This record gives sequence, structure tokens and C-alpha cells, in this order.
Amino acid sequence: MSADRSTAAVAARRDERTPAATLEFDGVSKRYPGASGPALDNVSFTVPAGEVCVLVGPSGCGKTTAMRLVNRMIDLSDGDIRLDGDSVISRDPTTLRREIGYVIQQIGLFPHFTIADNIATVPKLLGWDKKRIQARVAELLEVVSLPPEMAKRYPRQLSGGQQQRVGVARALAADPPLMLMDEPFGAIDPITRDRLQDEFLRLQREIRKTIVFVTHDIDEAIKMGDKIAIMREGGHLVQFDSPAEILTRPADEFVARFVGIDRALKRLTLRRLHDLEMAPVPAAQVGDDAGPVYERVAASPLDELIVVDGEGKPLGRVGADRLQAESRVPDSRLDPVGVTAPETWTLRDGLAMVMTDGNRPLLVLDEAGRAAGVVTVEQLSGALRPNGSPAPTVPERGDPEVSA
Amino acid sequence: MLAVPGAVLPNFGQTSSCVRNNGLFCWSWFSQHWSDTFGPAIGQHLVLTVIAVAIGFVIAMAASLVAYRLPWAGAGFNVVFTLVFTIPSIALFELLVPATGLTRTTAEIALTSYTLLVMFANFVTGLRGVSADVLEAAEGMGLTRGQRLRRVELPLAIPAIVAGIRVATVTVIGLVVVAAYVDNEGLGVPILQAIQNSSFKTELIAAAVLAVLLAWAVDALLVGSQWLLTPWLRSRRA
Repeated sequence: MSADRSTAAVAARRDERTPAATLEFDGVSKRYPGASGPALDNVSFTVPAGEVCVLVGPSGCGKTTAMRLVNRMIDLSDGDIRLDGDSVISRDPTTLRREIGYVIQQIGLFPHFTIADNIATVPKLLGWDKKRIQARVAELLEVVSLPPEMAKRYPRQLSGGQQQRVGVARALAADPPLMLMDEPFGAIDPITRDRLQDEFLRLQREIRKTIVFVTHDIDEAIKMGDKIAIMREGGHLVQFDSPAEILTRPADEFVARFVGIDRALKRLTLRRLHDLEMAPVPAAQVGDDAGPVYERVAASPLDELIVVDGEGKPLGRVGADRLQAESRVPDSRLDPVGVTAPETWTLRDGLAMVMTDGNRPLLVLDEAGRAAGVVTVEQLSGALRPNGSPAPTVPERGDPEVSA
Repeated sequence: MLAVPGAVLPNFGQTSSCVRNNGLFCWSWFSQHWSDTFGPAIGQHLVLTVIAVAIGFVIAMAASLVAYRLPWAGAGFNVVFTLVFTIPSIALFELLVPATGLTRTTAEIALTSYTLLVMFANFVTGLRGVSADVLEAAEGMGLTRGQRLRRVELPLAIPAIVAGIRVATVTVIGLVVVAAYVDNEGLGVPILQAIQNSSFKTELIAAAVLAVLLAWAVDALLVGSQWLLTPWLRSRRA
């Protein structure tokens, strides 16, 4: 992975980028002839430019229909969809689609095109010259963290995860102001999916596209979305809000059930350990005077000294009792560093770690591996109940209307 | 049956004992008649085959493109091509003679009609076999219908298309032998000649073996062109 390089590659071209578009759904309905009810029923919402909107709901809720109306793979029956204020209905579908990135679950790479030709599909349709296409392909391979030698391979020579990266690169090729992604990580194993999600979020922080992202997985929705549109059978939009808002104040029983009775825990995935006000680490180097160090250990929730090297990376622990008996910070017979957590972990991961470790305070490391702070179980469980939120209600089981 | 210029009836006065005794295969007689009989016959055989397959290809491709868009039309083509295919070849050749005479045209009409079903069926299968995901992606990225057909559907159908051409070609190479009844060309001519000539084994075997070798060679050529046309299928999987 080459996070830094790809970020730099994207940043270098920030100035020449197409600005993201605002996407408006205005009273949109879709009825199929002969169907008993609408596939999409009077749906309105606005996705501000540069935000990720996740459409989520059980199968048959109309989320994919809603997405496919945007690039006119399906035509709407009522209402309007506007991109930066311009109705998509007035646009020629083919031209419109070339301006909208499109990623599907099955990826749909062209098996007879090399990776480079797959990525170059839309630029070629738009008539870019060869040099510009070549440069763009090289840039995009870097953006999605694929080695340049992949360019000449064929899709079947790549793993599923690599193919999906090519799918994303292909959708980004002509720098579209809007991307549509239909369960893009749905067919990928959980570990690779998690990594692709993280990579995609990192990429999105740089490219700031407007993105419509369809999934049936509420956890993915919470992770990926700036906004979440929760839909239910019959094509109804039930709630359109930020993930935190949806987890804190579900609009109705359906949403509450859909996000799960563990929604307070899920809310913990929205924040990371470095977002907390961590207590300072009682740290010292070998040979430091034990007296003042002991004072700091006594004042810390962690009743141990963390012995660190010159850079601040932990070497081991010394219990408060032993430290009191020493005159200097010892260099031998240190207890192992034990459980630590990177500061980029979500609060949920942190809580899980603390609870497996007997509720002891957690030593948090920064990205360089230096001791960054201490987080306690009280802090983590306190984050479960944000101020001002009503007491969590548990939806009753067996509600026939809710079958998420 | 017309005499073939250059094809020589065994002359028992001058020829070898092998020919006089109708031995299994007389090399000297074969090499004597390579340039006046077998060489030209192979050429004619190939030309008859190529014309029939080429015309058949155009008709079958057009029909399969229509059938790909309109399934009901596909069912119609299927009935017609199957009907034609089931007519016994000799009967079809003879039926055409009153209309078009003992000509190459007669031969080609019949030969072409036998290529249609197998090519049509393969082409349609190939086009329908293109994965729905690939087509969805192509449409979603803004390829027009024509672009999808030329850049995606037809290239991905190449293996099935070539398979259809191969079966049609090998079939026609066999049928051209029978076409010698109505058109005095190809390796069927020496075969008919040999049969009339109290089953002259050398001529019979030579022509039959050459027809088989021709079929193998043309088939190998088609396999080779498919290999060249589908580089993506040659790559090793991940």
C-alpha cells in the first residue's frame, strides 16, 4: 500500500479537478406498469456537493432503483432529479452517464480489455488524446494503490479486491462530479472489504466527490456515509440524516430495528480514540529519577509506569509498588508492554479491547507507535450516552411491520 | 457424369502393375496426376468451401444480430435454418438443378444453406453468453448500443463465433465432395471418377485423404486465428 504517494498524486492535481455536484431528489417516484405498488414513492433529499450519501434498506426497498434513476438506467415516473440544479431528464442518457462514475457489485470489468484499457474506457469515449489517457491511467493506478505493471494485465489475472480497485479507478477516470456505487464491496471477503472501505474513505477525503452509495449493510452505511437515507419496502424514504443522528434519534420503530438494538455501540464506531480527551501517559526513560515519576504514576488512571525509549515508544511497564522502592527508573525485569491500541481505532474497538483486558485503562499509541495517551473504560462507556439524547429504547421484538 | 480434363482412366497398356492390379495405393500414379488432377481439385474445393462459409457467415451473423435483439425473430430463423439443414444433401443438390443448372451456383446455394443453422446457433449463444454485469457496466459508463455491440458483445462472442465457423467449414468441406454431382469441381470429382472406374483404389483414397487433410488444415488455421484474436483468454489466471 502506498497511502502517502497516492495522496500526493491526487493532491498534485487538486487544481484541475471537476468540482463535485449537488444531487437533489425532488418528489421522485417510480412505478412499473403492472406492479401493485410504486418501486419508489415520492422520495426527496439533497446530497451536498462532496458528500457520501448511503442508500440503505432491506431488499426490495428501492435503493438500487433510486440510484439507477440518477444516470437514467431507469427513467423516473414522477418528480425530478437535479445535478447542480439541472434536471437529468433533459439530458441525453449516454452523455449524462459519461459524466457520472458507475461502480457495481459484480464490478463488470471488460474481460477482453487490459486493466489500462478498462480504466481508459470513458476517456476514450470522450475522445481524449493518447498521451492524456496514458497519464491518467498511470495516475489512477497509483490512486487506487495498484502497481503500474498491472496496466497490461487482464482482469482475470487479478484478485477480487484488485478488480474492485480497478472498478473504482475506471469510474474515476474522467473525473466525474458524481459517483454511483451499487454495493461496491458486497462481493468481497470481509477482511479485504474492510481495507477497501478504509482506502476508499481516505481517497474520498482527497477527491471529495459527491457519492451515492447503495448497501444493505447498516454497519457499512454508518462507516461510509456522511448522510444515510434509510429506505423501507414500497420505496419509502424513512429517514435522511447523519449517521450519528440516525443512531441517536431513529425516526421510528423501523429505523430503530434496522439499525439494531446495539445502536449505541454502533455509535462508538463513529469516533476514534484520538477524538477522546486522553489522560497523559505516565512515561519515563530508563535512568530517570524515580521520585517525580512516581508522583505522575500515582495521579494517572494507569497505576503503572510506561518505560519508553528516546522516541517515546513503550519498552515495558513497571508497577507503582516496585517503582516506589527504586531510586531510578530500572532497565531490567520490566513487565511486558501488554495491551495497546492504535489511536485510529474506533471507540467500539477500544471498548472491546478494554473489556477483554479486565476493564483496565488502555494505552493508546499514535501512528508512529509512540505512547499517546490513556483511555479508561468510564470514558468509553460514557461515550455510549451522548448528552441530550433520550434514554435508549429497546424496540419490541416481533413487530410484524419491521422485518429488516 | 462428365469427364474431368486431365483425369486419366487407367490405361492398362502403359501403366504400372500396381495400377493394373488396382493395388491399395500407387504412388507413381498419384504423383503423375498431382498437377493435372489433385492439385487443381484441392484449389477448387477450397474456393467452393470459402465462398459457402463466407456467404453463410454474413447471413447467419445478420440473422443472429436480429435474433439477439428480437427473440421471436430468432425462433423463426431457427425453424427455417433447421428445416433447410434436415434436407438430405443429394436431394437438395438435385432439386436445385432445374432452377440453376449444373453450375457452381447450384453447389454454393446448397452448401451455404447447410452452414446457416450451425453458425446461427453458435453466434446467438455467443452473444447471449456475454455476462449481464459487463453489459450493465458498459451501459452505465455511457457506451451506446452500437459501441456495446462492436466493443463488447462481438469481441466477447469470438470463441463461440469461431466455434460455429469451424463446424460449418468442416461440414462444408465434406459436402463439397457430394456437390461434384452438380458442379464439376473439387475433390469429389476424382472420387466419383474412381467409383465409376471399378473403384480405382488409388484415386479414391488419394482424394478422400486429401479432403480430410484439407479439413484439418483449415480447422487448424481457424483455431490459430482464434488464438490470435483472443489474447485475454491466453493469460494465466490469478
